[in-house]
Amino acid sequence: MFSGEQIAELLEDLGVSHVVTVPDSTIGPWQGAIEQRGRTRVVRVCREGEAWQVAAGLHLGGKTPLVMIQCTGLFESGDALRVALHDWKLPLFSIIGYRSYLNQDTLPGDTCLVFTEPVLDAWRIDYRLITTPSQLGEIGEHFVACRAAGKPGAVLIGEGKA
Amino acid sequence: MSAPRMSAKEALVAVHAARGERDVVVTTMSPARDWMTLRQHPLDVVLVPSAMGHATSIGLGIALAQPERRVIVCNGDGSMLMNLGSLVSIAAAGAANLVVLVFDNGVYEVTGAQPIPSPGAIDFVAIARGSGFASVFEHSEIDRWREDVQRILSAPGPTMALLHVEPVTGIPGPRSPGPAADRGRRFTAAIQQQG
Repeated sequence: MFSGEQIAELLEDLGVSHVVTVPDSTIGPWQGAIEQRGRTRVVRVCREGEAWQVAAGLHLGGKTPLVMIQCTGLFESGDALRVALHDWKLPLFSIIGYRSYLNQDTLPGDTCLVFTEPVLDAWRIDYRLITTPSQLGEIGEHFVACRAAGKPGAVLIGEGKA
Repeated sequence: MSAPRMSAKEALVAVHAARGERDVVVTTMSPARDWMTLRQHPLDVVLVPSAMGHATSIGLGIALAQPERRVIVCNGDGSMLMNLGSLVSIAAAGAANLVVLVFDNGVYEVTGAQPIPSPGAIDFVAIARGSGFASVFEHSEIDRWREDVQRILSAPGPTMALLHVEPVTGIPGPRSPGPAADRGRRFTAAIQQQG
């Protein structure tokens, strides 16, 4: 839906200092462009729960991190994000790949479609659903709005077709 | 005959004496409980409440945000097992200013000293080396630890030191020293104020 260059430029414009990430086939290819621009550092972790806590440390240390993972990793992240977002009340922002949202040919009946949005609601994360290339600007708008409100936020990037 | 072990509290006291004014110290679980009995510092991060196992990840984030500052994480062996992958993430990120101290007592102390999986059989030293840590140490005697702690904290990082300590039973786990969000804001302000 978006090129790595588009995302890299957006993150740079938003002042994102670090992207803490575990890749999937949609968001993973963005890493190269982000690193190439050089203003936003990519931090690779082994498991998505780690990503929230590394981002928490970056925020406590005065930086502006962003978590970039797939929705399957969101499911894995539960306690790590609960503590960061709700116990320590850190306004972390995330880009979450929404597996199979646009196309279920590879995984017919993918239950990511059943659970992703209810899980975000359960964790009280204010999110926007991004399903077309024309919505690129909405990512930045939601990031800025959440930052101004001092609250966590996310964008769900529909995945499944180019 | 079992391997010698030192007092966890005495080992922490040595860390407390060796930490520099600009150092960040992250503590969790039983090390947090003991650390809170010592003089507090604005750059202490007491991870209570915590997502168990994630002290190393929080430490990595702070270390990357503050690369000119040393970050010392006081972790338990049970906590370390919950997030072994973080050792790889730390090395991959090249966090040369991060020191991970693993207090190995063989048990989940704060829940009543139930054994961790395979106590005594896990080679944390080999795991840290194999993950790419630049400096790895192992200590079980308090006198040697006191002598070496400053040198170990200053070794080329990322650094891991495995400390064999006696489990302590019959003492409750750490209590939160206050609202986490307030403490987090004070910590960030202290970092920014110090510059």
